[in-house]
Amino acid sequence: MRLAGFYLFAALVALLPVLFPDNYFVIVIGASAGLHVILAVGLNLLMGYAGQISLGHAAFFGMGAYASAILTTRFGWPSLLALAAGLVATGAIAWLLARPILRLRGHYLAMATLGFGIIVHVIMVQATRWTGGPDGLAGIPPLNLFGWSVEGDLQWYGVIMAAMLLALWLALNLVDSQAGRALRAVHGSEFAAQMMGVDTGRAKTQVFVVSALFAAFAGSLFAHQQAFVSPDSFNLTISVELVTMVVLGGMASTFGAACGAIALTLLQQGLVVFEDYEMLIHGALLMAVMIFLPQGLFVGLSQGARRLWAVFRFTRVR
Amino acid sequence: MKNWWQTALAATLLLAGVNLASAAEPIRIGSFLTVTGPASFLGDPELKTLQMYVEDINAKGGVKGRKLELIHYDTGGNAKDAVNFAKRLIKNDKVDLIVGGTTTGDSMAVIPDVEKEGIPFISLAGGVEIVEPVKKWVFKTPHTDRMAVAKIYEDLRKRGLTKVALITGDGGFDKSGHEQLLKLAPQYGMTLVADEFYGNKDSDMTAQLTKIRATEAQAIINFGFGQAPAIVTRNIKQLGITLPLYQSHGVASKSFIDLAGNAAEGVRLPAAALVIAEQLPDTDPQKPVLLAYKNKYEAKYGPVSTFGGHAYDGLMIAVGALQRAGSADKAKVRDEIEKTKGFIGTAGVFNMSPEDHMGLTLDAFKMVEVRKGAWKIID
Amino acid sequence: MFEQLFQFLVTGITVGSLYALVGLGFALIYNASDVVNFAQGEFVMLGAMIAIALLDAGMPLLLAASAATLLTIVAGLLLERFAIEPAKGASVVTTIIITIGAGIFLRGVALLLWGKDFHSLPPFSGDTPIQLGGATVLPQSLWVLGITVLLVALVRAFFNRTLLGKALLACSFNRVAAQAVGINVRVMLRLAYGLSAGLGALAGILIAPITFSSYEAGIMLGLKGFSAAIIGGIGNPMGAVAGGLLLGVLESLGAGLISSGYKDAIAFLFVLMVLFFKPTGLFGHQLVERV
Repeated sequence: MRLAGFYLFAALVALLPVLFPDNYFVIVIGASAGLHVILAVGLNLLMGYAGQISLGHAAFFGMGAYASAILTTRFGWPSLLALAAGLVATGAIAWLLARPILRLRGHYLAMATLGFGIIVHVIMVQATRWTGGPDGLAGIPPLNLFGWSVEGDLQWYGVIMAAMLLALWLALNLVDSQAGRALRAVHGSEFAAQMMGVDTGRAKTQVFVVSALFAAFAGSLFAHQQAFVSPDSFNLTISVELVTMVVLGGMASTFGAACGAIALTLLQQGLVVFEDYEMLIHGALLMAVMIFLPQGLFVGLSQGARRLWAVFRFTRVR
Repeated sequence: MKNWWQTALAATLLLAGVNLASAAEPIRIGSFLTVTGPASFLGDPELKTLQMYVEDINAKGGVKGRKLELIHYDTGGNAKDAVNFAKRLIKNDKVDLIVGGTTTGDSMAVIPDVEKEGIPFISLAGGVEIVEPVKKWVFKTPHTDRMAVAKIYEDLRKRGLTKVALITGDGGFDKSGHEQLLKLAPQYGMTLVADEFYGNKDSDMTAQLTKIRATEAQAIINFGFGQAPAIVTRNIKQLGITLPLYQSHGVASKSFIDLAGNAAEGVRLPAAALVIAEQLPDTDPQKPVLLAYKNKYEAKYGPVSTFGGHAYDGLMIAVGALQRAGSADKAKVRDEIEKTKGFIGTAGVFNMSPEDHMGLTLDAFKMVEVRKGAWKIID
Repeated sequence: MFEQLFQFLVTGITVGSLYALVGLGFALIYNASDVVNFAQGEFVMLGAMIAIALLDAGMPLLLAASAATLLTIVAGLLLERFAIEPAKGASVVTTIIITIGAGIFLRGVALLLWGKDFHSLPPFSGDTPIQLGGATVLPQSLWVLGITVLLVALVRAFFNRTLLGKALLACSFNRVAAQAVGINVRVMLRLAYGLSAGLGALAGILIAPITFSSYEAGIMLGLKGFSAAIIGGIGNPMGAVAGGLLLGVLESLGAGLISSGYKDAIAFLFVLMVLFFKPTGLFGHQLVERV
């Protein structure tokens, strides 16, 4: 059932630029949404399945982005190598951080991740010689995939969508794997999981690192797509937005996280027309969705769809 | 009966169609500004100015018989959104030129797209790197941060002060000014004896100023904008520090004086002539332009801001170029912008060239001081 | 050198008491509902902005401040009634997102009502700095410190001496048991939001003469207040106060002694250290998990 949903989604993603050629919303916003999906799905593995809250996820996003940016512009590294280096560095930092941080629970864990996120952000702003400071680094060379230089919005749509589908596929498989089941056991009750012989410390560390890797991967793509990076894209507000996406869509559901990411991306774009009222409406909508669909958009909408289908069938029978 | 209705309907539709066909296509001016967010201080008056003058020009018949249409987006200070909005303006809204980019970060971010798509872009940001090296399609109207620093150092040198303490915020404007302060110091014989920082949202800078007080500093330069410089100014008074304080053009507005209160007395900064328009001699060619803008803006919105003035300059230069080009053809308009000569704007007199896409010289900046709660020009 | 250090401490405690007040608000709501109210910073902002608006309209300062506090309390009660209560079955994380939405909403309202400018309140008793040893302190800072101490004492007395306060605490220890003893948990929750809003508003009014207020002023203060509450051990109101003071002093010392550019990073590094050694904050309860 899950895989059917995945193929349907993939088909939709491939068809959109065909149905709406040269459409800014589909290609540019679609690419933006795609990156958010990768981030949200990764964060969901940590939050939804392992039950650990992270208010500093934008820091990993930023690490991947800045790694690619700095290595390609200041040191002339080839882009794929820089991407790999970014993944390795981020993964290492996440691994080192995981043990001490994951001993914390609930709001304390949130605070520790928040603090980490702020420390990383401050470094991005202050270490001007490396990071370019508050205005960031511009002129990042295009992503070079084995000779093919990715340039232009349509090509980037393709690359990001492919990356997004890869991330979704990975996440879905992880959840169903033995590691994933161990994770869900930890979420259910860490003590009970330990009693059953699950190495909870290792499971939590692994998912923390994996979610960081998802974010760093998205970060590197982002850096090349935008051709510049700046600390504004990796601050606390962004971390909170990512958490919102996961909860909005519905935690413990990969498609839920994807749904939340797309919804929030579209919402932000759609609200610009309201100008001064944008913030007010944004806040009101967020509250309304969470109050009336507390299980998240994905679950709420699919339940709604199921009910409509039942009513439809019932009335058809007459 | 039925026939009569059908004919009437057809006639109406035909008339409407004819009307539509003969109505001229408006000239679309795109803009992305930081109307909300940390730089809303800058973006808000910019938007108001653009809206006010587009309306004004349209009321007078538009440009070459065509109305102007302003399409604008708020980036909220996030450079990533600047890129997306620039793409939206170019691809979706199909604008003919762009006047915008409140901050250096926003402006630099969109340059690759602007250059690739070939659309004239007049930036409203201060960073010198926007036009240096010169890019074909990119222009800017505000003075550069390098000019601000040069003006400050010049004044210090005149007063015989050479040991300077810096205290800077963490925004893009702050940091790029800081970079220029470091770069130009040797040229003007300045020694930097302290280099402190604060966060733009901080509420207290006494710790940093206490450190500065213990050095041999003869003057303090605070490069920043928003509320923080007002807090720095108040903290300096609070700590009893009597050294001369220089601010940047980021606070060249009445609200800085209001916020800093009587601590602002004696503060000097480089500013566009707009803030001291009445004090210029009547023979100054800038005076009528400045007063016209100031009165018009203040009648509708309240105290004038030099940043709004930059938007006025940008729009008027664009309109001038449109008039001379005779069409909205992007390449022609670009060429005409580059040929802008002797344009009297709020920031000074603009003379652009293929090597200079900004067009102002150092004397376009005036050194002003706060005396008795108002700006006074010093010369 | 000692003079400098003293100034850093004085500054740190001044700034820290702001954080303490905001943190207290966080602790109160958490106590009653296990939820961190991310709109707490906006209560601080509302208190200041409403007071400024009333003052500009001609009201005397004391009246404006009282009215602003009352109006913000009403806002807090409304928030609880219309945003939190309808979602009472929801998980903690969902409720947190609701408060995030509420914060954005309140910011949007403030933006519409008062625009993007910065506003300031006149200091309560002038702005001639006072010499304290080798350090100078603004009279307004003394107001902040003094009123914070008073409020903290009042809150403490409320929790320890009054029946209502004890009922509120009971809700945080065990909601079901509290209900079993006849405590109306819903009313307690509303009380908590109202109280937090009031505390936040007072903090905002106290701070506005020193820092300035704008529609966005709540974000940074909310963040620091949240950090203060966590460092102190969330759920312990006195811990929140201690956490706030500690955070303020750390920031000030970091800026003064190490690097002013990295002071926020230094402060949060210390926070992380505290959490690593004391995973439930300095004075927090030991978390008991039902298996």
